Amino acid sequence: MVDLERWIPVPTPETKHYWDGAKAGKLLLQRCDDCGNVYFPPRSFCCKCCSRDIEIFEASGRGILLSYIISHRDVPGYTAPYSIAIVELEEGPRMISNIVGCGQVPEALVLDMPVEVTFLRLSDEIYLPQFRPAGA
Amino acid sequence: MANSVAITGAAETTKIGKVPDVSELELHCDAAINAMNDAGLKPADIDGVCAVGEYAGLVTLNLGISPTWVDGTMVGGCSFFFMLRHAAAAIAAGYCKTVLITHGESGRSRVGSMNWNPEPYSLYGQFELSYGMMDPPAMFTVPFLRYMKDYGISEEKLAMVPVVQREWAAKNPRAFARDPITVDDVLNSRMIAWPFRKLMCCLVTDGGAAVILTSADRAKDGAEKPVYLLGSGEAVETPLIGQLSDLKSPRAFYTAARNAFSSSGISHDEVDHLMLYDAFAHTPVWGLEATGFVEPGEACDFFAERHTAPGGKLPTNTSGGGLSYTHTGMYGMFALQESIRQLRGTAPAQVEGAKVSVCHGVGNMFEAGATLVLSNECG
Repeated sequence: MVDLERWIPVPTPETKHYWDGAKAGKLLLQRCDDCGNVYFPPRSFCCKCCSRDIEIFEASGRGILLSYIISHRDVPGYTAPYSIAIVELEEGPRMISNIVGCGQVPEALVLDMPVEVTFLRLSDEIYLPQFRPAGA
Repeated sequence: MANSVAITGAAETTKIGKVPDVSELELHCDAAINAMNDAGLKPADIDGVCAVGEYAGLVTLNLGISPTWVDGTMVGGCSFFFMLRHAAAAIAAGYCKTVLITHGESGRSRVGSMNWNPEPYSLYGQFELSYGMMDPPAMFTVPFLRYMKDYGISEEKLAMVPVVQREWAAKNPRAFARDPITVDDVLNSRMIAWPFRKLMCCLVTDGGAAVILTSADRAKDGAEKPVYLLGSGEAVETPLIGQLSDLKSPRAFYTAARNAFSSSGISHDEVDHLMLYDAFAHTPVWGLEATGFVEPGEACDFFAERHTAPGGKLPTNTSGGGLSYTHTGMYGMFALQESIRQLRGTAPAQVEGAKVSVCHGVGNMFEAGATLVLSNECG
């Protein structure tokens, strides 16, 4: 168990663009210009073909709820119950996130439901991408 | 390389469960001394050492061993299977002759224990821990709802896994939790991470264990009946839960198990006994499918129909496992100890005439899988 007031990510040179994007309300992904692979988490090369010829682009922010749990234990920054989910983005990559803006109960968290990105301010610099039911 | 090495010493710590008067490093050493006694060996006989949790160098210092080969491959709870496999290769290569592999963890009492200190700039720290994913019950569980939905698995059916394992634990005087439980008990126990209740989560205990490995030729002169390594596999996929490629069949588990079977030449119907790492109720579900004893989606029925239970056709997790026997944090070493006991004929719940045992482990959630095929006959 991590003992902290609240877990706040610290960017590295290779991930700074992602967190800068989140601060501006954009979910940024990367695409390989050689093989077309779209990937996450951020790195300076393609994780399929190792090409360094890559670009950053803004994702649609839409995805589906692939799997989740509802945690019933408080941790710093989270009051139970809260969901921890795997979201599959429209562009292909998957990421861990929270589903917010709806009841944290199985009836409201339906697998395969469409979700859209929203951003939670953690500090002046760090805004955390979370997801809510699409159109909510 | 098959059949070239054998386990000649194996033992757990003198005390197990709640051990607040022994530090983590001393748990390693207590297990090591018990294993050396079991094998009839002294520290001077050991020339290879493997340890994780505590550094191999500290274990060797305390035991007065000066090894010429060490390994500290850290992939969580199945590190010991990786290290045993690496040690087999090292013995075959002539780098060392007799290897000691130790585990000790003060998981419950946290006495002199090594803490997990992820950094907020690590990939974990930036992209996963930041979502309240702070410990294994909030990590290892996340992909499994996908499996439950796609295969139509009810919470009641999943609850049968801990119910059946408790029946094995009831036969084991050293098991931490021995009282019988029902499906209702499991479903009514405290909610931890829906759909997972407390009785679907492993124990948190103190303890340790160690094994000693040597060449099959040298093993014939040992104090104990040798347990031969017939085949093995190891694989790594991803320590990031969100990057798991197949939510219903984690690749590292599958690849390690399939390679272990193919390298052993053993077929499934020759297996008498099975150990499947069980950090949670669903972990052995994945394990049973990864090892190929059932088809994808069939494992929960296999448990619920009592095929793994006492009297069933495939005795599995016969110590009670991580759910009921003990779970210090890196549980794999205890699964291996039970495979060895079964093959020596000394298990509290002995499978009559067991000749082949398969031991399947996982580590750092989905990062690693490793599988050992073991026998009391050298094949």
